[in-house]
Amino acid sequence: MSKSKVYDSAKAALEGVLFDGMMVMSGGFGLCGIPENLIAALRDSGVKGLTVVSNNAGVDDFGLGLLLQTRQIKKMISSYVGENETFEKQYLAKELELEFNPQGTLAERIRAGGAGIPGFYTKTGVGTLIAEGKEHKDFDGETYILERGLKADLAIVKAWKGDAEGNLVYRETARNFNPMMATAGKITVAEVEKIVPVGSLDPDHIHTPGIFVQRIVTGKFEKRIEKRTVREN
Amino acid sequence: MPWTREQIAERAAQELQDGFYVNLGIGIPTLVANYIPEGMTVTLQSENGMLGMGPFPTPDKIDPDLINAGKQTITALPKTSYFSSSDSFGMIRGGHINLSILGAMEVSENGDLANWMVPGKLVKGMGGAMDLVAGVKRCVVIMDHTDKSGKSKLLKKCTLPLTGVHCVQRIITNLGVFDIVPGGLKIMEIAPGVTEDEIRSKTEATLVA
Repeated sequence: MSKSKVYDSAKAALEGVLFDGMMVMSGGFGLCGIPENLIAALRDSGVKGLTVVSNNAGVDDFGLGLLLQTRQIKKMISSYVGENETFEKQYLAKELELEFNPQGTLAERIRAGGAGIPGFYTKTGVGTLIAEGKEHKDFDGETYILERGLKADLAIVKAWKGDAEGNLVYRETARNFNPMMATAGKITVAEVEKIVPVGSLDPDHIHTPGIFVQRIVTGKFEKRIEKRTVREN
Repeated sequence: MPWTREQIAERAAQELQDGFYVNLGIGIPTLVANYIPEGMTVTLQSENGMLGMGPFPTPDKIDPDLINAGKQTITALPKTSYFSSSDSFGMIRGGHINLSILGAMEVSENGDLANWMVPGKLVKGMGGAMDLVAGVKRCVVIMDHTDKSGKSKLLKKCTLPLTGVHCVQRIITNLGVFDIVPGGLKIMEIAPGVTEDEIRSKTEATLVA
């Protein structure tokens, strides 16, 4: 019998895997589908000097914004950070490093990293600041740039349902970056809304097969909404 | 009278065609969805991982797991599918999206676009814009013709860091509709009550006949 993947708290699920200066991938788009309990546990752990790969940087008081407030993040690799004033302040004061990646390039770098692909060519960003210093190559008369695959020491992801095997199912647009990140962490920790019995998920409907997930934990979710927008009537 | 924001969006909706898969950018482009002509089927793609985006929810139907790329709450349709960000940008980069309508800070007369940063001032990021302009078959920019100080946003050459090169085919502003053609911009339409002289005086880019 191998060791169980199921942990009883976010804190326990991160035990023994954290070190200062590590690279962490954190799933989510805006505040949708973020591993909010694991982010809070990262903050409480006090681990610092983090390089965090995440499409966004949370808002000032929720999501990755919590780790910016405590200055545990040294560098962010993101595509869009427009909703976070703490971020902007720290960046303009040169207290925080930032690497902007086009969103599709970021997604593909992570997918490639998890799939054992060290680099790929894309036309995204050709002729822009993003292309500076990168190898250019023509294919069929079009110019592409070389982008590198990306792997992390730790990936923290959020899913809707999971089982003790680590199989995960995401819900609606809360899927976003989570499936690729789950594949690209040396250790992947998933937090889920429900841990369900093995065998109850339809094998045809599993988004992330359990091989990619080393630890799984459930928790309470605030699921904060960034821009509540409704139609009249 | 120059077009209002809503009228720009309404004019931009004429760019849609039946059966198109379309990605609408954040801001005024989102409003284009309100003007899809009756009887036309258009499928909206949202780059955070959704195809077949529905209208904003009624207050009782708000779902935190269901947002658009502008992070607004949204609804699904019977035809909706969800997918990961890498599948989403496979659609975009792979040329499967017919049309992208997006905002801009500057557009040059050869179709270069700048819409993601102002050095030293504005640090937001490009999000999916660089992938969209590189991969989508047709890119239409909708924006005000001039900036807040009255300076032309249609330029000979962009001054801000670029989002993409030679990627814009058409620009719709509050003053009219412009196509990128060899040698510069061609005036395709003029908003009601606007004169060609006014357009010329407010446009730095070369206007060709």
